Amino acid sequence: MNTLTEEIQSPAVLSLGERPMANALEHEAIYIFREVAAQFERPVLLFSGGKDSITLVRLAQKAFWPAKIPFPLMHIDTGHNFPETIEFRDRLVEELGVELIVRNVQDSIDQGKVIEETGKYASRNMLQTTTLLDAIEEFKFDACIGGARRDEEKARAKERIFSVRDDFGQWDEKNQRPELFDMLNGEIEIGQNVRVFPISNWTELDVWSYIQKENIEIPSIYFAHKRNVFLRDGLIWSAEDEVVFRAEDETVEEKMVRFRTVGDMSCTAAVESYADTIDKVVAEIRDSKISERGARIDDKRSEAAMEKRKQQGYF
Amino acid sequence: MEVLKIATAGSVDDGKSTLIGRLLYDTKSLTDDKLEAIEKTSKQKGYDYLDFSLATDGLVAEREQGITIDVAHIYFSTASKSYIIADTPGHVEYTRNMVTGASTSQAAIILIDARKGVIEQTNRHFFINNLLRVKDVIVAINKMDLVDYSQEVFNNIKADFEKLMDKRDYQEQKITFIPVSALKGDNVVNRTENMTWYQGQTLLEHLEELDLQDIYNTGTPRFPVQYVVRPKTEEFHDFRGFTGKVYGGELNVGDEIVVLPSMTRSKIKNIYFYNEEYKTAPRRSSVTITLEDEVNVSRGDMLVKVGDLPTIDKQLTATVSWMDSSSLTTGGKYVVQHGINKVLAKVDTIEHKINPDYSGIEANATTLQMNDIAKVRLKLNRPIFYDSFKDHRTNGSFIIIDSRTNNTAGVGFIE
Repeated sequence: MNTLTEEIQSPAVLSLGERPMANALEHEAIYIFREVAAQFERPVLLFSGGKDSITLVRLAQKAFWPAKIPFPLMHIDTGHNFPETIEFRDRLVEELGVELIVRNVQDSIDQGKVIEETGKYASRNMLQTTTLLDAIEEFKFDACIGGARRDEEKARAKERIFSVRDDFGQWDEKNQRPELFDMLNGEIEIGQNVRVFPISNWTELDVWSYIQKENIEIPSIYFAHKRNVFLRDGLIWSAEDEVVFRAEDETVEEKMVRFRTVGDMSCTAAVESYADTIDKVVAEIRDSKISERGARIDDKRSEAAMEKRKQQGYF
Repeated sequence: MEVLKIATAGSVDDGKSTLIGRLLYDTKSLTDDKLEAIEKTSKQKGYDYLDFSLATDGLVAEREQGITIDVAHIYFSTASKSYIIADTPGHVEYTRNMVTGASTSQAAIILIDARKGVIEQTNRHFFINNLLRVKDVIVAINKMDLVDYSQEVFNNIKADFEKLMDKRDYQEQKITFIPVSALKGDNVVNRTENMTWYQGQTLLEHLEELDLQDIYNTGTPRFPVQYVVRPKTEEFHDFRGFTGKVYGGELNVGDEIVVLPSMTRSKIKNIYFYNEEYKTAPRRSSVTITLEDEVNVSRGDMLVKVGDLPTIDKQLTATVSWMDSSSLTTGGKYVVQHGINKVLAKVDTIEHKINPDYSGIEANATTLQMNDIAKVRLKLNRPIFYDSFKDHRTNGSFIIIDSRTNNTAGVGFIE
């Protein structure tokens, strides 16, 4: 038999210089998952196919083993996902034996609830909010578990682990419940829901180190590959997918790239990289001089971009 | 490598955000794009220096007013430690955030403006960090550049602060004074030529050497059951796993335990973490435990070692910090959440209010307003299993929920 004490005090990947809390963070996240299952009637795990939500799935497996994850996964599909992500999602769900709910932004557009953006920076990222809020209402979800982290962005740094949203899905950032010690207050009224962030205290490097240590499979676009791309505003955009708008004077070239986040294709830029294994990716993140969301055009729209989106109900 | 959670406290304009920004900058924790954003915004505002507070002030209202209104979490690391800073605002009306930040921190930085010295706010910041039994407090006397790096000014402020220290309840708290200039970078990460009279460590040097010997390790394990796992599959047909987090000490396979409140005795059969079995569940591990006997255990019950029982009672006295805009009143009914366990509570008496600035107590209070701190007696509708906060930080604290709004309205530290 093993001694868990040793396990916690000496993480296997210590020599790589990543945050050693990876293990303490894991125990904290598992605690949060169990609180969700115990305190709410209809939780759901919001699954995007990105590394953060894949990490959530592994943590949920650990929290409830040997039982199955006691809630469904839900994907809000913008229709602009990388095909590799969708393929990966379907395989994972089958292995887990859990229910997958998919709701499409295209449906919200067809129903006239949202209007597709046009132009150079057109993206469906913002439109997800409406589809998400409709799905929450449709299924009467009272807790939506997401992979947001406080290190991602300044407004997210102020997010609670249990974050209450009103009937309109809105975040009242000035009137948040204080969270003391380990105690999570999930009391809500009918119509309200709680956004839950089990990996709030993880950094990008913590997530990558965890994926490395746990040997978790992730979509191939996270690793360096050859891709036809073009440059705009100093960022590298995929030229292989028609949903990414490209002007005629923007010339296509082939580069070795990988994606650091896997959001909607239309707002996720690639980075030049030769990191084609998890070990190389972890090393690259550790030495990186650019923050993760530096490659997300949705955050560059204004200094307060994320806060505004969150007030409207965005994840 | 270790992780240190630090809470910061300071009044408006004490330069707290600047200090944190300086820590990030001098430890090279700011990425190029973040630095670029700070440079750009500083220039737009017409500053001839980098406004590091822009690195942390996250909400629009905060940037408009140039103040911090909510707890923000900031992450950085050095070669030997990882740090999580809870940046908490210093305004009177936001004391609740300071209590919140301190509740999860092992160390606290209290900022003092060298030009102003110890002010009423300082007393409050110290009082709260002492009340919450934060083990290490660093008093950073900031803006030394604006008082000509005067040793006399530093010594006078230190002497004033030391008068407060005699009054503190938690005498073992370690307190260290450091003269700094966050704006100029003196004694934050790097040593300075400007204060040769100061021989001590810089702020970061001090943090790097803090002994993290744990104040939460009391040697008395408490295991509140969060959730019962019953897979009901063929392979695990009779499996009943009690999941939870271990507080205060460790649990081992074979330990004789008592289930509270039923007082049923059993032995720990297995300890699982995911699909692996272990013989020890260390403090703060989230594990799944099975017992030798078929015992009825559900959420809110607690497993403790035989001969190591907490207090089991339907009443308690606690120091309460009130955090809600609607006041607490004698006779008022609330939900008390003690760990994961919820019970109904009635305010029996408010024994007295405690001025959180060491100026004494106020008897005959019947209500508590936001930011008030008081000794309160509560009656509960059923017994809970608690320790005193002094002995057990986790099992000695609770939150108070207002069932009309569901807000977390206060926090209590049990006597």
